[in-house]
Amino acid sequence: MTVYGALWRILPGPTWLRVILLLVLAAAVVFALFTWAFPWADAILNPVNVTVEGP
Amino acid sequence: MSVSQPAERGPVDESPRRPRRRRGVSAVGVLGELLLTAGAVILLFLAWQLWWNDAIMAGEQSSAAAQLSSQWDEQRRAAGAGGAVAAQQYGEPIVDTTKHANAEAFAVMYVPRFGEDSQRTIAEGTGLDVLNSIELGVGHYPGTQAPGEIGNFAIASHRSAYGGGMHEIDQLQLGDAIYVQTKDGWYTYRFRDLEYVTPETVEVLAPVPHHPESTPTDRIITLTSCNPLYSTDERVIAYGVLESWQPAEAGAPAEIADVVASWGA
Repeated sequence: MTVYGALWRILPGPTWLRVILLLVLAAAVVFALFTWAFPWADAILNPVNVTVEGP
Repeated sequence: MSVSQPAERGPVDESPRRPRRRRGVSAVGVLGELLLTAGAVILLFLAWQLWWNDAIMAGEQSSAAAQLSSQWDEQRRAAGAGGAVAAQQYGEPIVDTTKHANAEAFAVMYVPRFGEDSQRTIAEGTGLDVLNSIELGVGHYPGTQAPGEIGNFAIASHRSAYGGGMHEIDQLQLGDAIYVQTKDGWYTYRFRDLEYVTPETVEVLAPVPHHPESTPTDRIITLTSCNPLYSTDERVIAYGVLESWQPAEAGAPAEIADVVASWGA
């Protein structure tokens, strides 16, 4: 039993419905990553790097 | 028939499945899934940074800049200023040395060499709140001079990602126009040369670049961005010199009047 296996079993309905639900879930996760997680992570990973600044 | 079927199917279905079913979570299985997920997230991050964060942000920033530009244009028309003024000397440029608040938009930059829709809003400050903003994108170094002022009007923008306001900075050729619009008018700078420096070379921001002790006589613009592309090891610096100025009443410079008019559409 794995996490994705459990997710597949929790989803209701026939196979085609589960596939659609999984795609919708995946799209929501990608949206959250693009909108909040990545900009936040990038600001930490790459501080301002286009300016000249004193040491 | 309908009664006997489930009774028959029950044991036949159940018996081969039972040995496959395992209670509890397999540690190795979950670890594998985590690793796969992490790999997918990293690939997504790259896609976000190199494509989404570049293309989408560029579109947002250029339409925000176009909007600001046409807003000034409308104010001018509402004030009843005349149409095109014949080419002439307008005398000394208006220099607005008002101190701007951080992240306050006060100018629009347009460099035809950077391509269509390369117009960007210039705001005060070079922090992430300006450079990574979805509607700003170009930051003015506080303490450097204003557009058109004698000395150095120094600005910074991303080379790649976050709209890449200066993506083509290394493509600039001698004499290329760098237009800066403020509420007062249009300042036309001409590109002079490129320079590659270390990130600590703040002398490029001096009123006379590299000669902080000298008294300036020229009106210079300095663009800074990162170099090489997708790297942060160096900075690429582009210098330009003010060629001409025209007040807001005269509209945009003739060479770009059509482009600027299309921003308002």
